[in-house]
Amino acid sequence: MFARRLLYWASMAAGLVLAIVPLPGWLDSVRPDLALLAMIYFVLTAPRIAGLGYAWLSGLFLDVLRGMVLGQHALGFLIVGYLTHRLQLRMRMFPILQQAVIVMLLLALYHFMMFWIDGLTGHGYTGWVRWLPVLSGGLLWPLVVALGDSLTRRSS
Amino acid sequence: MVELSHDSRPIIGRGPPLTAYFFALAAISVGLMVADQRYQQIDRIRESLSTVIYPVQRAVDFPFRATDWVTGSFADRSRLRQENLELTARLRLANLQLQRFAVLEEENRRLREMRANAAGIAEKVLVASILSVDLDPFRHRVLLAMGSRNGVFKGQAVLDGDGIFGQVSKVNASTAEVILISDAEHAIPVQSNRSGVRTIAVGTGDQNKLSLPFVTVESDLQEGDLLLSTGMGGVFPPGYPVARVSKVKRAGSTFATVEAKPTAKLDQAREVLLVWFKAPVLEAETPVAPTVGTPARAPIDTTPPPAETPPRPQQGGE
Repeated sequence: MFARRLLYWASMAAGLVLAIVPLPGWLDSVRPDLALLAMIYFVLTAPRIAGLGYAWLSGLFLDVLRGMVLGQHALGFLIVGYLTHRLQLRMRMFPILQQAVIVMLLLALYHFMMFWIDGLTGHGYTGWVRWLPVLSGGLLWPLVVALGDSLTRRSS
Repeated sequence: MVELSHDSRPIIGRGPPLTAYFFALAAISVGLMVADQRYQQIDRIRESLSTVIYPVQRAVDFPFRATDWVTGSFADRSRLRQENLELTARLRLANLQLQRFAVLEEENRRLREMRANAAGIAEKVLVASILSVDLDPFRHRVLLAMGSRNGVFKGQAVLDGDGIFGQVSKVNASTAEVILISDAEHAIPVQSNRSGVRTIAVGTGDQNKLSLPFVTVESDLQEGDLLLSTGMGGVFPPGYPVARVSKVKRAGSTFATVEAKPTAKLDQAREVLLVWFKAPVLEAETPVAPTVGTPARAPIDTTPPPAETPPRPQQGGE
């Protein structure tokens, strides 16, 4: 159990690190939200341990790391975490591709929230490039599941 | 009512119902956002959180710094020698110019003192390195490895070797966020070196382009004009290069389309200079931003009023 918990916090930290590692030019704008994907994965597979508090905290740390309005990513993560929690019984039954589609929808919602809050706080950037992480995140979902499964199997 | 619950936490000690928990956290987030926009006190929360997060930023930065160090220490002799020769040549040239400059500065200071306005000359400069950390890709912000501990304050001017770089927008204990002059939310008052035309240069979100939206068709600006900071607004020291006019199009009836390229190396700089200077006293006879009609966007430059920026760093501290 302890190893599991450690894994959740470690993967949160890893996701956050990957969110700010400098990437060259175009790679920077397709950077998938790994912290968010990891959060979705853990809420799906271990809803008893990784809950809303976990989701909210990851978002808050991301806010501080990126110097955004405090609470922006926290709210986004929270909403995605809550929806995942509501959908988890169904989502766990889905084949991986269908899961990826749902994850993409969740990511789209998340990015819409970010876009909206950015607009409210006066940082609006309206280019289409902003929506690329939705696509890259969806494509990466099977990989996240594979990696997560192999990690949890080893640690339990 | 019996239904399959999606809440699969253990029944005993499961805490508040999920939905209630969700709404509570959502309310906290919204409250934080509003507070962050409206009140200054929230900066203290951010500061303590960023102290927690600082090791992460350092960890991300570390490999880049290490590669720099390794390539620096294993550089071969011939390259070092070449570099040394080039630097010596440049230093000789700079020294030559400096001899003239020293006289001019002295004269300038005397003239300014005669007008009882010796302000605007940089008093203290500190070199700060930029952390190799990506912030939001859609905003032009960088993180400096110096914070309030080093005496950095909000609204402080940041320069690099070639011109004005940006200003400090957020200060934490050991880091500070800098908004670049090319950020779409930034504006800086400038003056043409050749004709003395004053206007405002607004960031575009493109690192090679500033836009000058308030230039009338008749005003005397040409391609190649050097734009200097005016020091109005009290954030930037006056007389430092900001950008060079790259495009002038006089198509419309009132405003010309003018673009300028920042002189500072916004995308390459690894180290920048933090500047402390005495803010100039705005004189009555100089109108503030004369070419501006009614600005569509309020320039941000004026964030801290000049009188309220006295936080001096501890002397001899570094």
